[in-house]
Amino acid sequence: MQVPRLEMLGVRKRFGATIALDNVDFAVEPGSVHALVGENGAGKSTLMKILAGVYAQYDGEVLLGGEPTIAVVHQELSLVGELSIAENIFLGREPRRFGVIRFEELYSRAAGVLAELHLSMDAHTPVARLGIGQQHLVEIAKALSRDARILVLDEPTAALTESEAETLFAILERLRARGVGIIYISHKLDEVFRLSDRITVLRDGRCVSTDPAAALNKPRVIARMVGREIGDVFPIVERAPSDVVFEARGITVEDPNVRGKLLVDDVSFRVSRGEVLGIAGLVGAGRSDLLMALFGAHPGTKKGEILVEGRPASVRHPWDAIAHGIGFVTEDRKRYGLLLDQSLLHNMTIASLRGVLTDEDAETAAGERSVRDLRIKAASVVVPVETLSGGNQQKAVLAKWLLTGPKVLFLDEPTRGIDVGAKQEIYVQINRLAAGGLAIVLVSSELPEVLAMSDRVLVLHEGRVTGHFTRDTATAEAVMHCATGEAVAV
Amino acid sequence: MKLRAYALLFALAAIWLLFQWLTVSDLYPYGLFLHPVNLANLLKQMSVTGIIAVGMLLVIVARQIDLSVGSVVGLAGGIAAMTQGWGLVPSLASAIVIGLVIGALHGSLAAWLSIPSFIVTLGGLLTWRGVILYLSKGETIPVRLPAFRSLGVSLLAPPAGMALGAIAIAVLAWITVRRNRARRMHGLTLWSPASVAARIIVPAILVVVFVYVMNAQGGIPIPVIVLLAVATAGAFYTQRTIFGRYLYAIGSNPEAARLSGINSSRSILGAFALLGALTGIASILHTARVGSASPDAGTLMELDAIAACVIGGTSLMGGRGTVWGALLGALIMASLDNGMSLVSVENATQYIIKGAVLVAAVGFDMVGRRGRN
Repeated sequence: MQVPRLEMLGVRKRFGATIALDNVDFAVEPGSVHALVGENGAGKSTLMKILAGVYAQYDGEVLLGGEPTIAVVHQELSLVGELSIAENIFLGREPRRFGVIRFEELYSRAAGVLAELHLSMDAHTPVARLGIGQQHLVEIAKALSRDARILVLDEPTAALTESEAETLFAILERLRARGVGIIYISHKLDEVFRLSDRITVLRDGRCVSTDPAAALNKPRVIARMVGREIGDVFPIVERAPSDVVFEARGITVEDPNVRGKLLVDDVSFRVSRGEVLGIAGLVGAGRSDLLMALFGAHPGTKKGEILVEGRPASVRHPWDAIAHGIGFVTEDRKRYGLLLDQSLLHNMTIASLRGVLTDEDAETAAGERSVRDLRIKAASVVVPVETLSGGNQQKAVLAKWLLTGPKVLFLDEPTRGIDVGAKQEIYVQINRLAAGGLAIVLVSSELPEVLAMSDRVLVLHEGRVTGHFTRDTATAEAVMHCATGEAVAV
Repeated sequence: MKLRAYALLFALAAIWLLFQWLTVSDLYPYGLFLHPVNLANLLKQMSVTGIIAVGMLLVIVARQIDLSVGSVVGLAGGIAAMTQGWGLVPSLASAIVIGLVIGALHGSLAAWLSIPSFIVTLGGLLTWRGVILYLSKGETIPVRLPAFRSLGVSLLAPPAGMALGAIAIAVLAWITVRRNRARRMHGLTLWSPASVAARIIVPAILVVVFVYVMNAQGGIPIPVIVLLAVATAGAFYTQRTIFGRYLYAIGSNPEAARLSGINSSRSILGAFALLGALTGIASILHTARVGSASPDAGTLMELDAIAACVIGGTSLMGGRGTVWGALLGALIMASLDNGMSLVSVENATQYIIKGAVLVAAVGFDMVGRRGRN
């Protein structure tokens, strides 16, 4: 029996009247991976913030054996784009003499850290030039360079491609072998089962269970997370698409930073009333660029035609798109979707205000209707939207676009970073909207989601359409082959 | 937000009582500061910065800044004084138009050419001061039109003041009752009769006290009426119009605002143009009150206006702040100015105290915010 390296006993934390954590016990053994799962708002982040020392006031005990250094890799990057990989890794603790940075030592030590992680990157490269996935790997390297004995990873694969995720898993295996205690937070249960030795489920601030991973399976974990059995995550419905609402013809988008480089190359598609068109592809395939361009929000030069209900539509600005009945639930809700410090109500109505004067009462009425329709959980419509959980924030963005009365709705990664229960609710809403006659274009990195929700699937690879499937022909393998550019099926 | 407003009111009351106590003398056994004549004086002094602060609020809420307003006060006031020969209305109009045009120019440079507004208006601060020095050849121009002069010094006759107060209360009551009716129409929970009464009676008492105190010293000063009109219009613009809502959205998250179909450039240009026009109005009142347009009029006024906004709870990061807050901030700053002059605090000390108050006010705000998170 090993002595636990880190133990949290009876941890309790309240914010005002809300109890965020209630009597939580949690322990991490050295040389093991302990997964922490639970819906958004279950208390995972709060627990980790207590561990990282962000919250100094709490009840309960945190016992640290020996002198463990704790390194936390947050979902959000904390890198400085202009600085090199090496400078980022040692930011704030550069090797120095008399206050002057010793660059030779900095770079040789950084190269050592990268080599140890089997990352083939040049330590001199400015971080801004790396892809988002590689930046995450640098973030992890930065955390590890402190020789941490406890490593906390919060949704580390959310922005990684599959091969980058593999690299990460290999790194974690080596760290485990070296005796590092790893706390792994993820919504992706496949990863959780693949990596972890033990799994702790949190729900509503309480610790539901801690078991060896071998004693669990996915349905049981999901049931414990949501407190109820979920039969099928994806509710399947029969749909009857009718006339074409939206058509894109020969859309081509040039990279605003690199002349001649095409982000989207001659993409055409159409989507009908009551139909869900899925767009699959790996990160960087140009899916978001395509939607941004169609919405009049891409900084690059755009060519091609857009037809709404058969009539050519000139979309040069987002307001043109809205006027033509296009709605766009953008990816990364905090960055592109929400006015975080403004009220839920004002977030929901901001895209549908017309005329000169606002009518607070009509707005409130419409807002409260949206809250009911989409089952948004909020104390009232006037609370700042930043106080809502991720799933409810996502619904607020959805509500914003539904209030514009769209004919076609683009959804870009609508379920990223939200928990299983909230995801399922989003799927239910997508089905409800399609049944109501809305045409939906769904972009998602999660292949099961695209396959289960879409009537047809379009696959992009490096800006080009490499595959077009119907619900019957779309299999994970076939779509993946097209997404990696190994096959073409148009 | 509510808590913050009470804290500000408490600070204001503390400042007033302190100065009341410090100004006790044989002649004024209960203190001089809260004497109607002094209060009217204080409000008159505040009206110029207050009007600019309302415009500044629009700009700051949209995550912009305007450092040029002091110089524009000098330029627009000078132009108004120089064009007196054309008659009162053309002279006043030229001050407002020059302010509007300059504001629109700053706004277009910031919005369309994406030059940071800090830089655009820092340039403006120097440029417009230079222009008025050139036009006036460095000389002070006296106000000759009696009507012009009276804008700065006249009082509204007491009966007219009472009528104005009565109208204000009536409009307030009508709007409140109508709002409640609209809530029923939209199927929202109605305000209770007690809540409706409170929403009418509390502001009504303020109006009555205000009119009574001002009439006790001869009537409401004209600049104060202009300030109240501007503030009401500003509050309406920010809280009840779509343009106002857009400013908050842009300040809160420019990218999300753009993707929500907001024409950010137009909104920002509009905010700067309005600030410019309000600066023109303020320059008229300033010139009228002083009785002449000196080429260095308005120096450092931009900082007073920004300080008023910030003390009143406006975030320089955009997206947060109210007109009434900015007005309260201006009132606190003006009270400090006025009170310190009354008790003959040296000019040097006044600067130091005002600077410290500004930093302390924001410091308290930050500490309070941290405590809540």
